[in-house]
Amino acid sequence: MDANLLSGFLRLQELVGGNVTVIFLSEIVWEKFRPNTGCFEPLIICFPDYSKAELQQILSLDHHPEYSADLYASYINILLGVFYSVCRDLKELRHLAALNFTKFCEPLVKGEAKESDTHRLWRNIEPHLKKAMQTVYLREISSSQWEEMQQKEGELHLKGLSAHAHVELPYYSKFLLIAAYLASFNPARADKRFFLKHHGKIKKTNFLKKHEKTSNHLLGPKPFPLDRLLAIFYSIVDSRVAPTANIFSQISSLVVLQLLALVGHDDQLNSPKYKCAVSFDFIRAIARTVNFEIVKYLYDFL
Amino acid sequence: MSKRKSKENCLTHGECILKAQRMLRERFCHQKIPGKPFGVESQHKHLLELLKRTAVHGESNSVLIVGPRGAGKTMLLNCVLNELLEVKHVQENVLQVQLNGLLQTDDRIALKEITRQLHLENVVGDKVFGSFAENLAFLLEALKKGDRSSSRPVLFILDEFDLFAHHKNQTLLYNLFDVSQSAQTPVAVIGLTCRLDVLELLEKRVKSRFSHRQIHLLSSFRFKQYLEIFKMQLSLPEDFTDRRFAEEWNQNIKSLCEDRSVEDVLQKHFCSSKDFRSLHMLLMLALSRVTVSHPAIKPTDLLEASRLCTMDSKANILHGLSVLELCLIIAMKHLSDIYDGEPFNFQMVHNEFQKFIQRKSHSVHNFEKPVVIKAFEHLHQLELIKPMEGPSVRTQKEYQLVKLLLDNSQIMDALQKYPQCPTDVKQWAASAFG
Repeated sequence: MDANLLSGFLRLQELVGGNVTVIFLSEIVWEKFRPNTGCFEPLIICFPDYSKAELQQILSLDHHPEYSADLYASYINILLGVFYSVCRDLKELRHLAALNFTKFCEPLVKGEAKESDTHRLWRNIEPHLKKAMQTVYLREISSSQWEEMQQKEGELHLKGLSAHAHVELPYYSKFLLIAAYLASFNPARADKRFFLKHHGKIKKTNFLKKHEKTSNHLLGPKPFPLDRLLAIFYSIVDSRVAPTANIFSQISSLVVLQLLALVGHDDQLNSPKYKCAVSFDFIRAIARTVNFEIVKYLYDFL
Repeated sequence: MSKRKSKENCLTHGECILKAQRMLRERFCHQKIPGKPFGVESQHKHLLELLKRTAVHGESNSVLIVGPRGAGKTMLLNCVLNELLEVKHVQENVLQVQLNGLLQTDDRIALKEITRQLHLENVVGDKVFGSFAENLAFLLEALKKGDRSSSRPVLFILDEFDLFAHHKNQTLLYNLFDVSQSAQTPVAVIGLTCRLDVLELLEKRVKSRFSHRQIHLLSSFRFKQYLEIFKMQLSLPEDFTDRRFAEEWNQNIKSLCEDRSVEDVLQKHFCSSKDFRSLHMLLMLALSRVTVSHPAIKPTDLLEASRLCTMDSKANILHGLSVLELCLIIAMKHLSDIYDGEPFNFQMVHNEFQKFIQRKSHSVHNFEKPVVIKAFEHLHQLELIKPMEGPSVRTQKEYQLVKLLLDNSQIMDALQKYPQCPTDVKQWAASAFG
């Protein structure tokens, strides 16, 4: 927003000279908007948030005409029980309530339960709502997909995007990715210890021990040059691998899949630097498929 | 006569209150600019003298009125102008051009506005001018046409003067001051600004053409006078319809001024800012508590109004957070304590949260990581945390460094007021290092 817009609107009454009121709506506190040379201060009215009881009341207003208000109220109660400690946004809760009500009423429609069988209804809907938290709430699957899935009988098989734990990769690509992970999360000085056959004893000096406050896993992946990646790769792969263009193109395709990230300028052809962009669970799953014990090679787990 | 009087006094109590509220509200919301501002007699005289010289004697002048926000600059100017226009000769002769730095953000726009306010659009028509100076000279020349041999005096009033100094090359200012130095048309350039260092903003050539005349409005009144102003602002005028009601009201206000707690509230406000706008906001809030069942302002009203004015709005936001988001804030608080305020990333916060879940928590669920990320992003949206650098594509979301924008006392206060806060969360917050 231009600097003069806010100040202008605050003074609109003075500039126009008539009876004009300007109403500003904001989610963020007023102090963050105040211009630095000062301005015409507005009257601030704070809207308090809804309490749990008020949310219950408001959400119960949406009840379907086919079922009683009490039934809907108990449904809302269950919904709030699952979602209230995570999210209090009225719009999100209304959306979730609308999406899941048909599933809630399923036993009533099928004739398996009556309106007063609260326990059975609860048992039916609770795992469903927990599933919703991992998928629809996170917008990982769309609402229409969710509704479709509810209509199908049987177990819920649809998983959200982030739950996809592994991608099908060729054999060497998996090792390249593992090598990249090790290069990102191990400090370079520890490479000798892990990857050489006859390394000497490596002592952690006192200085190092004192300054190891946070593990590398908390700070994030570090960039590494291509040479280091290849060095680690050759040492962890059992068979003899020739450094053909095939290997390099696999590295590029890992970058395209966003499992590796290119650091620095795109034009730097000489010694490109990369960073590994996968999580620990992901790489562990991949390492398991090639029978590689990655935990033994990680510095943080020494 | 007596019949009319009794009719007037027949306003019901409710109507009286409404009328009184309306009158006072107009005063507080600045719908009517009141009479003279308080305590600026010498400045008033000075400015009037200056403008008279331009309007009556045809002398060109330039002046800057400088004072902090809410000191009464516009009020003073309007007062002086009203007094000036009472002179008959002046009213017919003098032209006014009002420019505002917030609206005229460019010199071209300013020139168009000047043309419009001098009613010279038809005269200018489709002419194209080579430079700003040519255009301005043409406009001023056009004012000469008619019987008079000399041109009509023009008063240029520039509100938010410091914003004009940010325009490219300061052409408008240069040309206006140039005209005020040369003896062609009697022109007065009056600038109003809140910046005390406004002269530093002017270019050398502009500064040299300015007369360096400044009128300072620094509210120099003491607390006693502040109390007097408070009483005056809340009192109903003599000509209020229901005399009895007005007298009762004014009596109540007088007793209010003698109350100890009211004096404390006003002292607190006086110490933080002397200007009238903040006083008006306080009075506005106190006035809005007056109803038929509560017909007079009591000291508690002022206390409540003062509390509303000085409230911490961030605390309200913390009140509305979900339990998961609150846990994240407490985790961030512990991280700030351990690492002395250094920035952290989401992964570290999640790690702290996991430690709490595994060791100390009974009531808080272990949520999946994406759900926790969504809660973290909600906090980011509310601007309770701030990223250290812009959103870069290079670092992953979980590893971007952020800083917490709340301090420990705010968090602990919020926890006290948080409805149905789980006890293990409270204990975790109070413990030393998580």
